[in-house]
Amino acid sequence: MNDFPETASQTAGPYVHIGCTPNFAGINGVYPDDLGAKMITGAANGTRITLLGQVFDGTGTPLRDAMVEAWQADANGLYAGQPEADLHFTGFGRCACDPVDGTFRFETVRPAAVPWPQGGMQAPHITIWIVARGINLGLHTRAYFEDAPENDSDPVLGRIEHRNRVRTLLAQREEESTYRFNIHLQGAGETMFFDV
Amino acid sequence: MPDKTNNTPPKGGYAARLPANHPVALYPPYRTSVKRSPQAAPLSFPSTISEETGPVFGHSMLGPLDGDLLRNFGPQDQTAIGPRIIVHGRVQDQFGRPVAGALLEVWQANAGGRYRHVKEGYIAPLDPNFGGCGRVITDADGRYELRTVKPGPYPWPNGPNDWRPAHIHFSVFGAGFAQRLITQMYFEGDPLIPLCPIVRTINDAAAVARLIAPLDKPHTLPMDALAYRFDITLRGRRQTLFENRMEGL
Ligand SMILES: [Fe+3]
Repeated sequence: MNDFPETASQTAGPYVHIGCTPNFAGINGVYPDDLGAKMITGAANGTRITLLGQVFDGTGTPLRDAMVEAWQADANGLYAGQPEADLHFTGFGRCACDPVDGTFRFETVRPAAVPWPQGGMQAPHITIWIVARGINLGLHTRAYFEDAPENDSDPVLGRIEHRNRVRTLLAQREEESTYRFNIHLQGAGETMFFDV
Repeated sequence: MPDKTNNTPPKGGYAARLPANHPVALYPPYRTSVKRSPQAAPLSFPSTISEETGPVFGHSMLGPLDGDLLRNFGPQDQTAIGPRIIVHGRVQDQFGRPVAGALLEVWQANAGGRYRHVKEGYIAPLDPNFGGCGRVITDADGRYELRTVKPGPYPWPNGPNDWRPAHIHFSVFGAGFAQRLITQMYFEGDPLIPLCPIVRTINDAAAVARLIAPLDKPHTLPMDALAYRFDITLRGRRQTLFENRMEGL
């Protein structure tokens, strides 16, 4: 049943930062802060981590005009808004890619596993959403952690038919608490995107 | 059926997105899409708590002028240059339920067609009284209203002579991350709409038509501002079998 069709997407275009991160874009004084600039707002529970990466186009060039959003559970596996979720953790991050090298970066906490609707648990993950000029419909994916033992029983990773693409969803540990999640829009290492 | 039942979203999963309602990823006349479009099929699975939840934004987050682009940037006693308009409408889900508390963030060129952005190269002048961003949160009935200037059309480096129709960009947060959407609103009667490669990424004429806001004469403020109406439909959640039973009791 589809009583009313969903409004069509259109590209975020080259000036998405004016609307979504105006302070980053140099439009100061309209909003006090850019939305999603801080995910940790106080003494949040859990392990502090940095999730960073770049978004590459089909030529291997990093996008410098993309905007990346993150949505995740807290260190106890609860999403902001759920009862007993961590009040010092918003779960939502928004980052304009660096205008020089295209890096996005989230200072966050390592999420815990969350339930799967049919029973069992999903491995810890961060939902990632990417928009930019040239992307006509925002791209939805997940960053899992390469060193998480829960990955082996994750129901989403488990349903990927082409097993060599599972690694496109695994953030790689770079340092003690830094994970790199590079996103490839196209090409041999194309990231697995979701229709969910 | 009491209103409350109508307005409370059910707890089932989000209905699948219909590709026909959306642009294609690869549309060569829109040149940037050529190297930025995924080629493999996306992975489908039923929505989970990760997609059924999302950030919640309260009305207390908003400043008094956030939804008034005429006045939210320039000096206190001045307003933006250009045709004054109201843009208003309703946000609903695909089953017709109002989406209350939806955050709409908008951005646009000024009345001359120029953005306030370091990468902007169009020769049209900046308006010192216009920043170009605004935001609003829908009320209990899913309604919103913005005030701004009608943006100008502008040329862009795609083909040798491509012009964007006048448009306002909208970023929308519903209740769940699965509803996340960015789109553009166009204006009724603009001859540039059917010529635009970005508009033409959408194959379905009805889907394009839904992005075109008609003039809403009854909502016009006499001697002040014309009004355009732009309604937005987001994905919706299905009822679970359990909920159906409850309602049947
Ligand atoms: Fe634009």
